[in-house]
Amino acid sequence: MSAPLLEVRDLRTHFFTREGVVRAVDGVSLSVDRGRTLGLVGESGCGKSVTALSIIGLIPKPPARIVGGEVIFDGRDLTKLSERELEDVRGERIAMIFQDPMTSLNPTLTIETQLVETIRRHNDVSKREARRRGIELLDEVGIPNPDARIRDYPHHLSGGMRQRVMIAIALSCEPDLLIADEPTTALDVTVQAQVLDLLDELRREHDMAMIVITHDMGVIAEVADQVAVMYAGQIVEQASAVELFARPEHPYTEALLGALPQLEDAASRAGRLTAIPGRPPSLLDPPEGCRFAARCPYAGEPDGCAEHPPELRELRPGHLVRSEHPASERARSREGAPA
Amino acid sequence: MTRLIVRRVLWTVPVILLVILMTFVLMRQIEGNPFRHSERAIPESIQQNLEEKYGLDDPWYVQYLRYVKGVVTLDLGPSLVLRNRDVNDIVREHFPPSLELGALAMAFALVFGIPLGLLAALRANKWPDYTAMVVANVGFAVPSFLVATLLIYFFAVRWGDVFDVPTSGWESWQSKVLPTIALGLGPMAYFARLTRGSVLETLQQDYIRTARAKGLRRRRVVVVHTLRNSLIPVVTAAGPILGFLITGSFVIEQIFAIPGIGRYYVTAVTARDYSVVMGLTVLLALIVIVANMVVDILYGILDPRTREAR
Repeated sequence: MSAPLLEVRDLRTHFFTREGVVRAVDGVSLSVDRGRTLGLVGESGCGKSVTALSIIGLIPKPPARIVGGEVIFDGRDLTKLSERELEDVRGERIAMIFQDPMTSLNPTLTIETQLVETIRRHNDVSKREARRRGIELLDEVGIPNPDARIRDYPHHLSGGMRQRVMIAIALSCEPDLLIADEPTTALDVTVQAQVLDLLDELRREHDMAMIVITHDMGVIAEVADQVAVMYAGQIVEQASAVELFARPEHPYTEALLGALPQLEDAASRAGRLTAIPGRPPSLLDPPEGCRFAARCPYAGEPDGCAEHPPELRELRPGHLVRSEHPASERARSREGAPA
Repeated sequence: MTRLIVRRVLWTVPVILLVILMTFVLMRQIEGNPFRHSERAIPESIQQNLEEKYGLDDPWYVQYLRYVKGVVTLDLGPSLVLRNRDVNDIVREHFPPSLELGALAMAFALVFGIPLGLLAALRANKWPDYTAMVVANVGFAVPSFLVATLLIYFFAVRWGDVFDVPTSGWESWQSKVLPTIALGLGPMAYFARLTRGSVLETLQQDYIRTARAKGLRRRRVVVVHTLRNSLIPVVTAAGPILGFLITGSFVIEQIFAIPGIGRYYVTAVTARDYSVVMGLTVLLALIVIVANMVVDILYGILDPRTREAR
């Protein structure tokens, strides 16, 4: 296996605010292979989006700053690039789509302008040629009657159609990596599935890698090959999607999966949804030890996990966990414990 | 777009009629009469003759209708105080300098105010921002007559050898420099502040992040995506300000001895020169209406959503 397309090592992005330093991303490591999809999952405010924006250098500066770590993309550390060099990577090698398609397109410019400017920014083609490609792209993302639609303004289109336009723009320069930040959250449920299918199909056809950021385990199950679970600015578990759903190790992941609505049988349908008690810690002043300790049902056992931060360790090949008491070890210790 | 313009043009008719009516009523509410001066006693019979001649003894609605008819036929009537002068003559002679001064001041305000605000926003909370905003605040706070006086003092008197600008008249282009700055400085400061706030707000928009995520060069992000969307509040304010600059330059005209219309306006009110006051009011109302119409059309160009909402 060759080197991964993207490797993030110990990334730290902090926000320097009047109240203090918010450690939004605090030591995130992850990797994405060519042509594969990484799902980055976590609740609001855990640092998923900031991680993504840090990768392509779009964090709001100030107040945010990357204070440590590396973002190795195709052999280059993106954190070391100048703004102008980054502009060449963005859109061309790494594209990004955002949560809210209603506000992510410029309301005063036609779809054509917004497509053509991207194509012509990274390719030396005539306006006419760029327009022709734009129409092809709109057709490819499933927009009916693209010759006419390309002349429309964003407000003429529905949310789902706008997200398709965003995807067309993102694909316009055949990027190696597409970062989709909550791509379906703002859409109707029926449209969500269509957009996810479209993304997955396009990924296969264009042989690009994807990072799909979401708080929705259902989205992960649908598209991800690999999953990274984020909590309070850190990755707490990383594994293949199959492995993660079958054998979650981190208590947080277990709790997340436990909080999903079940439809399998009448008993589970009748029951209440379980929630994770408590709230995530403040990233202004995160706890010394394990950041999940305060909400973890297994913390407090004499392993000092609330004082000493656990390292991300490989339990099984390809399955990393940041916890002193992953599920498999708990099971072993129960078996080994004297009756 | 054409329909929008036609509709706006038709709307000016009732607005003008209303302006005439209100000015008419208000002027008659002020005590006094163009012919009845206390200091110089004129025989009662002569006064009556004069009032009869100018139709001031008719009921007010007859006077009003006669005046409306005059406006429609582009005859604003004779001046009641300046003998042998028509309001049309006064407008023809003294309106062009006022119009030119207002337009120059407006151009000055826009050409310097918008870039200053943009610069401040792009370097927000750094020294260019602070410098620009200090300039803007001072420009906004200092009244134009003081600015005019200071300009004359420094550029015509103190450093007069270097600059050699005249301080009065309205013929050479040199004579137009100081009045333009004096009148335009306040609006320039206002536009700068407005642009700064608007650009800062636009920069926060999701579509700016999209534009940057597409790898667009910074210049394009700023000019095409940010500035255009930021100009809507500026355009909104520009309409009334243009009206104000053309009509409200009385003080500046006085200081720089510009033969503009502002002076006639003020003296006409005190002399109860009804026809001059009415004529100029109608003219200025027309200017404000046209300015606002231009604003509406610019809206349509800047934001396609407003183009269709109408």
